[in-house]
Amino acid sequence: MTQIASFTIEHTRFLDPKGQATQALPAFAQNREALIDLYKAMVLTRTFDAKAVSLQRTGRLGTYASSLGQEAVPVGTAAAMRAEDVFLPSFREQGGQILRGVRMTEILLYWGGDERGSDFAGPREDFPICIPVGTHAPHAAGVARAFQLRGEARVAVCVFGDGATSRGDVYEAMNFAGVQNLPVVFVVNNNLWAISVPRSRQTAAETLAQKGIAAGIPGMQVDGNDVIAVRHAVGLAIERARAGKGPALVEALTYRLSDHTTADDASRYRDDAEVSARWKEEPISRLRQYLIESETWTKAEEETLIADCAAQVEAAVSEYLATPPLPPTAMFDHLYAVLPTALAEQRAEVEEASES
Amino acid sequence: MTEATLVEAVGLALACAMEDDETVLLLGEDIGVDGGVFRATADLIARFGAGRVMDTPLSESLFAGLAVGLGAQGFRPVVEYQFMGFIYPAIDQILNHAGRLRNRTRGRLTCPLVIRAPFGGGIHAPEHHSESMEALFAHIPGIRVVIPSSPARAYGLLLAAIRDPDPVVFLEPKRIYRALKEDIADDGIAAPLDQCFTLRAGRDMTLVTWGAMVVETLAAAEILAAEGVEAEVIDVATLKPLDMAAILSSVERTGRCVIVHEAPLSGGVGAEIAAGLANRGLVNLLAPVQRVAGYDTVMPLPRLETDYMPTEERILRTARRVLAYA
Repeated sequence: MTQIASFTIEHTRFLDPKGQATQALPAFAQNREALIDLYKAMVLTRTFDAKAVSLQRTGRLGTYASSLGQEAVPVGTAAAMRAEDVFLPSFREQGGQILRGVRMTEILLYWGGDERGSDFAGPREDFPICIPVGTHAPHAAGVARAFQLRGEARVAVCVFGDGATSRGDVYEAMNFAGVQNLPVVFVVNNNLWAISVPRSRQTAAETLAQKGIAAGIPGMQVDGNDVIAVRHAVGLAIERARAGKGPALVEALTYRLSDHTTADDASRYRDDAEVSARWKEEPISRLRQYLIESETWTKAEEETLIADCAAQVEAAVSEYLATPPLPPTAMFDHLYAVLPTALAEQRAEVEEASES
Repeated sequence: MTEATLVEAVGLALACAMEDDETVLLLGEDIGVDGGVFRATADLIARFGAGRVMDTPLSESLFAGLAVGLGAQGFRPVVEYQFMGFIYPAIDQILNHAGRLRNRTRGRLTCPLVIRAPFGGGIHAPEHHSESMEALFAHIPGIRVVIPSSPARAYGLLLAAIRDPDPVVFLEPKRIYRALKEDIADDGIAAPLDQCFTLRAGRDMTLVTWGAMVVETLAAAEILAAEGVEAEVIDVATLKPLDMAAILSSVERTGRCVIVHEAPLSGGVGAEIAAGLANRGLVNLLAPVQRVAGYDTVMPLPRLETDYMPTEERILRTARRVLAYA
């Protein structure tokens, strides 16, 4: 017998849960401001999530998917991207969207039931969130193919959850990206729970990163609660793709401290003790600890940041709540480039009903 | 002028669109060197290169999703499915993404893509190769469903579909891929979408159909003509959105209508047309609207295939019953 293939999956971590460096930090993390920007983005995301959940609980927002405990994955990912890259998130990557310039008001409008929330004023080519799990992975391959055909040094970055890796679309996209050497990076936001199904019952594969290997693309795992590790590994993958060296899959191991969405009650299927234990690993306190111990972060700065995040979120909420709904006929406005004659009667009916 | 079959007309339209607009590109299985299982893309890879004529892996959900990504980036992808029977994994992409991307982003991102697939029975193909499931697509908001019934209309409608800024599912009646030849000017002139074509004028009854059934329907109309009955034959061509105005206008004059389609009877597009006539054309009707369609059965394998499909005889039988209705 001859061994004809073998693989290894590397796991990367720079900060342990107590905020202690486990190895020399990568170059970007030597810069105080860069680390503080990551920290600020995570704190803003957590502040925003908490507010969104409270808006839902008080009937002022629809169902919402919090990213509590997972902030490092989207923030680290988006921080590794260039403005001209294209982000294709799932539905728990608001931290990355905000970092890329999606307005918090827009995110609230979306979850508040208004399509204008996906008409981003900032990153015009970024995709809206994708609710049908993993179905946006082929879009990322398509966007990357467009970059490749035009000879542009841009990268498509697609984030999906652990559950999505069981879907054919994700495999089809990775397989195609591999065979065409596309500039796309897939990030698994592995929070260990697909609603009520734990990672252990999702797949027998030892890691999700190795799912890239079958598609012929490199797979690696990072501590997804270590924003430095996420930023570093996704950054390497993005720059590799930008240089024409093809796609990669980065599995970021994190934990969903919240319910799946505000419509879910995770206590039905998950032990509180498990959640409590995972609180000790969450990403914000570990980076804060590191920043404090390296004497670059003061109590006064922390207080200013918290006040600033609260003010930003409050401003977004006010703008959201003050935005009147579109007129009912708006459902016809962007259905087609030009509304077909056959639909004129239906539109007129809606118009008449809304006027009476 | 080029004499072309329907499938050759598809190839001419693809080449013309690719020549005119470098954002047009083709994706699908075996469409490159092999030229597609029906040869619709024959020689296009030699002319336009593998960048624009791309053989994809066997990933039917992927191609439609790729087209969504390419479309959002300003390309005009034309995706070939080898047979309608293999298109169903892509319904997720068509329904959840292609048909709604423009709307859900308020026009920020769009999907100017075309999904082509041969469909329909009558060529003694293996299982899963003969269904007519156009109604599945006609139910989806935000897209168009277009079916040509002649080489000239295939050429003109496919050009229109490719140039259209919204997603189009373009279903090609493979039974008549090579049934007849027509002169194609290959002048790049598109045919109008969202409009029926009146193939034969008549005052006594209206026969409404699309795709390969145009052949049997026109033949039935000829026989009726010999009996002194002038049937108007309408090729619906764009099933979604439906040009109900043209059908109502015809039935207003004739008072009688038979709808012919190969797809299963229940929930077919014929039901939508019949409902439209009941809603807005009832006062003009001299007889109940009838449908001649496939049965609500699983499409039989080739031995019983012709027993399933509407025939000229079935159309005539139904037409005579409608004509006899007092």
